Amino acid sequence: MSAEKINLTLKVWRQKNSEAAGALATYTLRDISTDMSFLEMLDVLNEQLLLTGEEPVAFDHDCREGICGMCGAVVNGRPHGPERETTLCQLHMRHFKSGDTLVIEPFRARAFRVVRDLVVDRTAFDAIIQAGGYVSVNVGGAPDANALPISQKNAEQAMDAAACIGCGACVAACPNAAAMLFVSGKVSQLALLPQGHPERRERALNMVKAMDGQGFGNCTNERECEAACPKAISIRHIARLNREYLKAALSGD
Amino acid sequence: MKLDANIPPGPLAEKWQQHCFSSRLITPANKRKYTIIVVGSGLAGASAAASLAELGYKVNCFTMHDSPRRAHSIAAQGGINAAKNYQNDGDSVYRLFYDTIKGGDFRAREANVYRLAQLSNNIIDQCVAQGVPFAREYGGQLANRSFGGAQVSRTFYARGQTGQQLLLGAYSSLARQIKRGRVTMLARREMLDLVVEEGRATGIVVRNLITGELESHAGHAVVLATGGYGNVFYLSTNAMGSNVTAAFRAYKRGACFANPCFVQIHPTCIPVHGDYQSKLTLMSESLRNDGRVWVPATPGDKRPPHQIPEAERHYYLEEKYPSFGNLVPRDVASRNAKEQCDRGKGVGATGLAVYLDFSEAIRRDGSETITRKYGNLFQMYEKITASDPMATPMMIYPAVHYTMGGLWVDYNLMSTIPGLFVLGEANFSDHGANRLGASALMQGLADGYFVVPATIAHYLAQCPRQPLSTASDAFVAAQREAEGFIRRLVALKGRRSVDDFHKELGRLLWDHCGMARNQQGLEKALARIPEIRAEFWENALVSGSGAEFNQTLEKAGRVADYLEFAELMVHDALARRESCGCHLREESQTAEHEALRDDARYSHVAAWQYQGEAEPLLHKEPLAFADVEVSSRSYK
Repeated sequence: MSAEKINLTLKVWRQKNSEAAGALATYTLRDISTDMSFLEMLDVLNEQLLLTGEEPVAFDHDCREGICGMCGAVVNGRPHGPERETTLCQLHMRHFKSGDTLVIEPFRARAFRVVRDLVVDRTAFDAIIQAGGYVSVNVGGAPDANALPISQKNAEQAMDAAACIGCGACVAACPNAAAMLFVSGKVSQLALLPQGHPERRERALNMVKAMDGQGFGNCTNERECEAACPKAISIRHIARLNREYLKAALSGD
Repeated sequence: MKLDANIPPGPLAEKWQQHCFSSRLITPANKRKYTIIVVGSGLAGASAAASLAELGYKVNCFTMHDSPRRAHSIAAQGGINAAKNYQNDGDSVYRLFYDTIKGGDFRAREANVYRLAQLSNNIIDQCVAQGVPFAREYGGQLANRSFGGAQVSRTFYARGQTGQQLLLGAYSSLARQIKRGRVTMLARREMLDLVVEEGRATGIVVRNLITGELESHAGHAVVLATGGYGNVFYLSTNAMGSNVTAAFRAYKRGACFANPCFVQIHPTCIPVHGDYQSKLTLMSESLRNDGRVWVPATPGDKRPPHQIPEAERHYYLEEKYPSFGNLVPRDVASRNAKEQCDRGKGVGATGLAVYLDFSEAIRRDGSETITRKYGNLFQMYEKITASDPMATPMMIYPAVHYTMGGLWVDYNLMSTIPGLFVLGEANFSDHGANRLGASALMQGLADGYFVVPATIAHYLAQCPRQPLSTASDAFVAAQREAEGFIRRLVALKGRRSVDDFHKELGRLLWDHCGMARNQQGLEKALARIPEIRAEFWENALVSGSGAEFNQTLEKAGRVADYLEFAELMVHDALARRESCGCHLREESQTAEHEALRDDARYSHVAAWQYQGEAEPLLHKEPLAFADVEVSSRSYK
C-alpha cells in the first residue's frame, strides 16, 4: 500500500429534482489519496462543497461493500467505472491518474427517473419482482429442508443467477435500456430449482409483462449488460429467460 | 416500573409450545381489521411484514432505502446456524442453545435462547422452500460449515453471500404480499417519532426523504426492526445509513434500552488507512484457521514484514493462549491486537494493525490449497488495499461490528411500551454480552417469521380495537416536535460539517467505551459528550432545506441522536463494573490480565429508562440459569 496524491477534474451531473433541468458542473479536487474509494472521493468533494456554501452532490450508497446495490453512477461512460466486476463503492482511486477528468452521471433510463443529481428511482425493479419473482409459499408448512435434494450443479448455477444486487448497471449500460439481465437473474434462479417449477410459466409471462410495462427497452444482444454487471451475471441467463418465456407463451392455458 | 419478562412456566423445552397454546388468537376474519406498522425491511422486518400479511393482517412497511432489498442484513457473509444435526456430529437444539448462552457469557435469557435454537430448524426449511440457493453436497443434500464458538458443523451458507440470499428470500415473500395488496410498502421514509396514546404504541411519524414531507401513520401495533447502532462509533462494518434514530425515539417515548454498552468488536477487519475513511470492511474470521497473527517484537520496528527475521517476531496469541492459539474467540483476539498496538508494536502506516500471515500455511499446504480456501477473500482484500496476501502478510485490526444491546423486550418481543414490538438487532434479547458467528441471521428470521406473528395476536386480542386516526393530540404533537427538530437542524449554519462531529464522537467512544474500559476513561467520555453536543447545536453546518431530498439533513438528524445516545452507552458501561463478553472492564481482571466476570453483582440485564434532562434510571432484570451450569471461559 503506497498511497499517492492525485489531482482531478470532475464533471458531475447536477439536477435539483425530477422536474428540474440538469447540467454538468465542473469541480477540481486536489491531493486525493489513491487509497480512497470512489465514494470516499465524493465524500471529500461534498465536504469541500459544503464548507464553501454549495450544495453537496446527492448520491445513493449504503453498505460500501459492493453488496447492497444502492450505489452506482456512470463514470466516463461506464456504469460503476472502469474496473470489471466492481461496484462504484469498491472502485479505488488508484485506478486513476493525476490530471484525469472524470465525467460522473446518473444511471440513465426511461424507467429510472432522476431523483436528484446521481440518485435515480429504481422502484421499477421492485415492481418486476412483485409480478412473480418469488415462490408462493407461506410460513409454516415447509417440509424438512433435506427432503428435496437439488443437484450441486443446479444449486451453483441458481446461485450464480441469484447474485444480482439490483443496482441497475445493466440497464444503464444497455443502448435500449433493457432490464433483461435483471429479470433473467430471478427467472433463471427459480427455473433451475424445483421449488420454482409450479409457477414457472406464470412467472416468465408476468415478469416480462411487468418489465415492458415499466418502460424498459428490448434486448438486441449487445452484451453491454454482462460487461457492466458488477456481479458478472452471464447473458446465458437471458437465454434461459427466453426459453422460459417462449415455452410459457406457446403452451397456452 | 417493574420489568416482567413474561417467561412462560413449565420445562424449558416446552415453554414456547405451551405459550403459543395459551396465547389468545384472532380469527382470520378479524385479522384483516387490524393494521400493523413494520419499520425496517431487513431480515427481521421483511420476514415479519410478509408473515403478518400472510396471516391476514394489513401491514404498512417502512424503509429508509429506495427498496426493501437494500437493508444491511444483505452484507452478512458467513452463514446461518441451525440445529439440524444433518452432519450426525452430535448437534441438537440443546447444544445450539448451550453454545449461544455460553458464547454470550451468561448474560442472555435462557427461555429466549432456547426458543431461538428450536426455531432455527424451521427457518432453514422455510428458506429452502422459498428457493434460497444454499450450498449443496454432490448428492444434493445441504452443506454445512463450522464456525467460531462451536464444535459441530451447523452453519448453512450460500457462498459468502448468505445474508444477501436470505434477505432476498424474505424480500420475495414481501414482494408477493405487496402485489396481493396486503402490504403497503412505503420506501424512502425515515421514522422520526413513535406515537404513544394512553400508554400504547399507536403509530409513527416519518419523513418522506424524497419530498421532505412529514407523515403520520396509525396502526394497532408497531413493530420496530431497525437494526443496530454500531455507527455511533463512526467507523464500523455497518452500512453508512444504519442508525439508532428509530430505537432512540422509542426510548425517549418510554421504551427501556437494555445493555447499550454491549458492542461486538470483530478482530479481522481491514485497518483504517486515512482520515477520509468512511467505513471498515470485515474479513471473515475463518482466515484465522490458517493465518498466524504477529507483530514485531520491538516497539517501533518499521521494517517491512519480510525483512523482520523469525526471531524478532512476536506471535502473541500463540504464546499467550497455547491451547487455542490464533483461534481464540473474537473478543480475546480483538483485545490483544489493541494491547499490542497500544505498546507501539502496531504495523502499517498508522501503527494500528497487526499481521495475519499465511506464509507458513502456503509452505505447508501449497498455494493452490490456500487459494481455493480463501481466494475470494484475498481478492476482496487486494481490491481495497492493492496488496496480495499470498505475497505479503495481511494487515488486520478490530472494528465495531454488531450491537448486542437494544430495546428491552419481554418473551413476546414486546418492549416496555405495550403495542411496541422490537425484532432483530434492534432488540437486546438473545446474544447476551457477545454474539456467536452465524447467529444474527438466525435471530432476525426467528423473530420475524415465527415469534412476532405468534405473539402479536395475544396483544391485539387483549385491547379494544380502535378506529385508526392520526388526528389525535398525541399525533399532532409528535408531528409538530418532528417538524421542530427538522427546523432546528436546517437552521444550523455553522462552520463544521456533521461528519466532523460524528468522527470526534466516534473516536471518543472508541478510546473510552470500546474493547477495554475503565472508570476514569468513561467519566472523561461522559464529561466530553455534552460538550460535543453543545458545539454541534451551535456550530454544525447543514445545507439546503427540509422540503427536499437532503442527505446532509438526514445525516445531521442521525448524528444529533448519536450525540445523546452515546451518553446512555457510557452510563451503562460505567454501571457494569465487570468484564464480560466483548468487554474488558480494566478494574475487573484476573492476575493474568484476563476478563473477570462478576456473577454475584452483574448477572442481570441493565434496562435504562429515559428521564428527560435527568440521568436515565436503571432497572435490573435478574438472569436465572436453571438449565445450564454457569461457568467461566478460559482459552489458555
